[in-house]
Amino acid sequence: MTTRYFGEPIKRNEDKRLLTGQALFVDDVELPGMLHAALLRSQNAHGRVNSIDVSAARARKGVVAVYTAEDLGDYWQPGPLLVPPPPIAGVVFNQRCQVPLAKDKIRHVGEPIAIVIAESRYIAEDALADIVVDLEPLPAVVNLEKGLAAGSALVHDDLRSNVAAHVRQTKGNYAAAIGKADCVIKRRFLYDHGMSSPMETRGVVAQWDGRANQLTVWDTTQAPVFVRNGLAGMLGLSERQVRVIAPFVGGGFGPKIMMFYPEEVLLPWAAIKLNRPVKWIEDRLEHFFATTHERGQIHDAEIGLSIDGKIIGIKDVFLHDTGAYDPYGLTVPINSQCTLLGPYVVPNYDSTFTAVFTNLPIVTPYRGAGRQHGVFVMERLLDFAAHELKIDRAEIRRRNLIPPDAFPYNNEIIYQDFAPLSYDSGNYEPVLDKALELIDYNNFIAEEQPRLRKQGRHVGVAIACYVEGTGIGPYEGAKVQVQANGKVSVATGIGTQGQGHFTSFAQIAADQVGVDVRNVDVVTGDTDQFYWGAGTFASRGAVVAGNAVNEASKAVRRKILKLASEHFECAEEDIELGNGEASIVGVPGKSVRLGELAQRANPMRGAVKPGTEPGLESTQYFGPPGGATANGVHAMIVEVDPDTLMLQILKFVVVHDCGTVINPLILAGQIHGGVAQGIGNAFYEKLVFDDEGQLLNASLADYLLPTSLDVPRMELAHTVTPSPLNPMGIKGAGEAGAIPVGPLFAQAIENALGLADQGIELCEIPLSPNRLWELIGKQNR
Amino acid sequence: MKPAPLKYIAATSLAHALALKAEHGDEANFLAGGQSLVPTMNFRLAQPAVLIDINPLSELSSVKRENGKTMRIGALTRYRLLERDPLVAETMPLMHEALPHIAHPQIRNRGTLGGNLAHADPASEMPAIVIALGGRLRAQSVNGERWIEARDFFIAPLTTALQTDEMLVEIELPTRAQGSGSCFMEIARRRGDFAMAGIAVTLNLRKGGLCTGLRIALCGAGETPVDASDAASGLIGQAVDEAAIEATSAAVQASIDPPRNMQASPEFQRHLVGVLVKRALRTALERCAP
Amino acid sequence: MSDTQHEIAVTVNGTRYERRAEARMLLSDFIRHELLLAGTHVGCEHGVCGACTILFDGHPVRSCLMLAAQANGHEITTVEGLAPSPDRLHPLQQAMHDKHGLQCGYCTPGILMTMSAFLAEHRAPDEAQVREALSGNLCRCTGYQHIVDAVLDAAEKMRDAKLREELP
Repeated sequence: MTTRYFGEPIKRNEDKRLLTGQALFVDDVELPGMLHAALLRSQNAHGRVNSIDVSAARARKGVVAVYTAEDLGDYWQPGPLLVPPPPIAGVVFNQRCQVPLAKDKIRHVGEPIAIVIAESRYIAEDALADIVVDLEPLPAVVNLEKGLAAGSALVHDDLRSNVAAHVRQTKGNYAAAIGKADCVIKRRFLYDHGMSSPMETRGVVAQWDGRANQLTVWDTTQAPVFVRNGLAGMLGLSERQVRVIAPFVGGGFGPKIMMFYPEEVLLPWAAIKLNRPVKWIEDRLEHFFATTHERGQIHDAEIGLSIDGKIIGIKDVFLHDTGAYDPYGLTVPINSQCTLLGPYVVPNYDSTFTAVFTNLPIVTPYRGAGRQHGVFVMERLLDFAAHELKIDRAEIRRRNLIPPDAFPYNNEIIYQDFAPLSYDSGNYEPVLDKALELIDYNNFIAEEQPRLRKQGRHVGVAIACYVEGTGIGPYEGAKVQVQANGKVSVATGIGTQGQGHFTSFAQIAADQVGVDVRNVDVVTGDTDQFYWGAGTFASRGAVVAGNAVNEASKAVRRKILKLASEHFECAEEDIELGNGEASIVGVPGKSVRLGELAQRANPMRGAVKPGTEPGLESTQYFGPPGGATANGVHAMIVEVDPDTLMLQILKFVVVHDCGTVINPLILAGQIHGGVAQGIGNAFYEKLVFDDEGQLLNASLADYLLPTSLDVPRMELAHTVTPSPLNPMGIKGAGEAGAIPVGPLFAQAIENALGLADQGIELCEIPLSPNRLWELIGKQNR
Repeated sequence: MKPAPLKYIAATSLAHALALKAEHGDEANFLAGGQSLVPTMNFRLAQPAVLIDINPLSELSSVKRENGKTMRIGALTRYRLLERDPLVAETMPLMHEALPHIAHPQIRNRGTLGGNLAHADPASEMPAIVIALGGRLRAQSVNGERWIEARDFFIAPLTTALQTDEMLVEIELPTRAQGSGSCFMEIARRRGDFAMAGIAVTLNLRKGGLCTGLRIALCGAGETPVDASDAASGLIGQAVDEAAIEATSAAVQASIDPPRNMQASPEFQRHLVGVLVKRALRTALERCAP
Repeated sequence: MSDTQHEIAVTVNGTRYERRAEARMLLSDFIRHELLLAGTHVGCEHGVCGACTILFDGHPVRSCLMLAAQANGHEITTVEGLAPSPDRLHPLQQAMHDKHGLQCGYCTPGILMTMSAFLAEHRAPDEAQVREALSGNLCRCTGYQHIVDAVLDAAEKMRDAKLREELP
């Protein structure tokens, strides 16, 4: 079978609607009689709720209803645990999940207390000011170490401490091995990853049709199938009565897969109760509190190496801020724990983390999902070791890379998919070599940097390596069908938030079935169109759903060939597919359009052979045995103004291996976007909480997202090491760009300013001109 | 968020606008460009009961040169016009240099000079510009009009010398003096953000290179735009060499009391001001025509 | 009376609308929910992200920072009015498609309005100028590179005078 589309930079099928303002996003849903919701959110981070008086709000003109936890009755319940703790020996895990509306206690700023439903959002917001809450403030737990100290306020009173979880994973025997190290580096690292801040905030529209007995919910979720299942269960409905639609979604990046957000639970309930559609659109201010974050970890890490820079072992003890509740289990810190190992041989590893409850918004995965934190620790330890051992930074990495013949490489410890961390395939050294070549590493250090230094310019180069476990299970499915008009429809259960599924999945199907890629209509995110699936997360869409599309397309292809061979009364090997028709090889003019075949496959009358399935359609599922490990190297040249500590990125290189590539144009976009978020994380974005758990910079004017002037032009290159875990050899790529940028910045700035020679080390992210000035100045004063 | 309930009146004339303001007092705000006011309304931090929309008053938008030494700019003149006006570039290079730093083009398409000055954000560029240029502002009310020197106009954060019933209607600025050099610079986290620190400098030299006049104004360095001209006055009568520039920088740094902002501690702001004084003076010096 | 309804007569994409809206209704909400032109998106309502950018009397402005009532008697262009005809795209729309300048598409209408106005005023911008003009529009998906490529590509195509004549 010749492929025409797979691997090509095909332009996107979905673009025209988006470019002309015709694409439906959740806030575009307009329904007759629709009401609007606003939520009263706590202004305090921690407190006891003594009473809530909504009477004045209920009396306001234009207000239709106001509900508190009390009004929900039995419907009120904490959300489900989405991800149970992995089966690790000795794991301590205290499940505490968020609630739809606060009952006795508030645990973070922004936690919902009441919901107002009115004729307009404007009136609903007016009514929020009418609600009187008697709240007794309590001291807020904001600092991780203080939160674990004796005498700290407790986020959850029924626990004896603020420990949400405790996990230790080991490989080899660090304690025994470390004695053999020639060099031991021990440091404390602080890594703070920020908010996803998609351009579209969250939103829910719920519509109950009492006569058809159907609930329809439009939701910006990344996991419509599970939202459907959960809502059906909560509302006492059959799954078939609930339709969840994630239409076009303006960016997800992780937090839109968290469930159940209070609004997802409240809006359908209210729509049924009021028998009117209700809409809630999160405004940007709310987004800072009402949508989950990723945040910080404190690592006390040490690495032991031999004199030639080979890693003997690593020990890491870290604290993880999980926020006020932990519905997403341990995914983020487990990712940190596992991804720290990177592309390197680490014979001995001892990693322990304590997840801490705080009076801050919930932490769930955001692009990178905790991998950043681990990669920062490892890359910085190697940098400091390189300095101490007088080995070049790139060289020390090279010496520790897992060799290409060692795959599958088993790191033994348990990963977020509950399986041992096994890297399926990889060839790491060429990726490093390519990055060094593109950044012109040796020449820069030997010639360029000294030359520019003489001109008084402070330029530096950095290199960082990482791996990324992608494409994890459980499974996804796809239904592929040739329609009577000859177009092919593809439906899958995941959602799309800009990744180009409408095109990449179309490419797969188009190649198998032999149609123009523009004649493949892909539907994602509608539970009425496809019943089963897990969702878009963990860089798994292309791998898992893509493979399901491929399997279903192959099955349809087989049906077409069989039907065509019967139609022409020839062997299947003599049939070729292309241009939307089946024809006989070498016999021009003998062809039948696929649409006609599809119609023939669904006769209105007559008898069919037993076991015949109508139409040219197939539904197939794909579930990988484990995650596919992608990898990459980033390199950057930066110039720092030593007086203002402002910086400019002069060159940025990404070399990436995500196995077989479906669409290099879409892949490039994913990497660019990931790097931009990495740059934001490294140097611009910081959530500033005070001691009372108040967020001081809750606006886009003060929480700085990188602009077109802050993100440089990037140069990309790829290597291809296919994954043996799926037939197409694909590995995920969605998060890669964001993962190693933090250590890249730290290393580059140190190199530009010659900080190592001044004894100054950058052990924290995010950085900023102000923070750099403090760190450097502290040393010099 | 959505704004709180309000009453909106489109002014039909300047007299109408002033009468409405006299009637409603503190309960009313003038709506000019809205680029500072409406965000605060959308956060419900500002909840004006009455909005008097003065955008229809096109007579308040104008740029005129008077007697060769003075520019008169109507308060409702939008940045968009000022940016593209060759007269502004020629006669007030300091303002011309500062304009592209103000927010972004979409903001500058609506934002007005007068609106920005009346809003009086201490991190804004234009207040520092009008102080550095030594301008004066004309306020008008139902009771008449008066002129206020720029350096007396900014009282406290978001507070000006305007009385409750007054509207800022015109800004008068001296044109560039022969042989002078000016420089505007700011250090902001991202292009268009409020500055962590910003400086506006005008420098006059005598033939022979001695400084005969120096005005320095800072934005983002105090509770109001800071007139640092007195602190820097030691440079007057001196040669503008590196030692003098260093001394001026130190003197200005010592004279300010920067408030913290989200992106910079007071110590860092002070440090940045020191850097800016040096860089801006060097640039202004280069630009002094012989 | 704060619930006074104001008369708004506004021309949007060449069509005249006569509607009424309360004083505090934002122009962005009026366009999206009264005129049902949902192509203009709302990202922040504090005037930072640029998603709500429209052309007001021909110039890009943030519609979340204006009241609907202010539009009375004025002309607005939204993304729905950018293409010269139903089966042809504006060169910038086409270039964004060709260069993969959009992913989720949420910021895209605001960028199209900002940069189409920029291109009308700048025949031959360089990359630095394009990035500066773009810096008031936030995108969280693309990292901007393909958008910049698209704008430069459109600039090149639009230097063809015949093409320019056909634009609205």
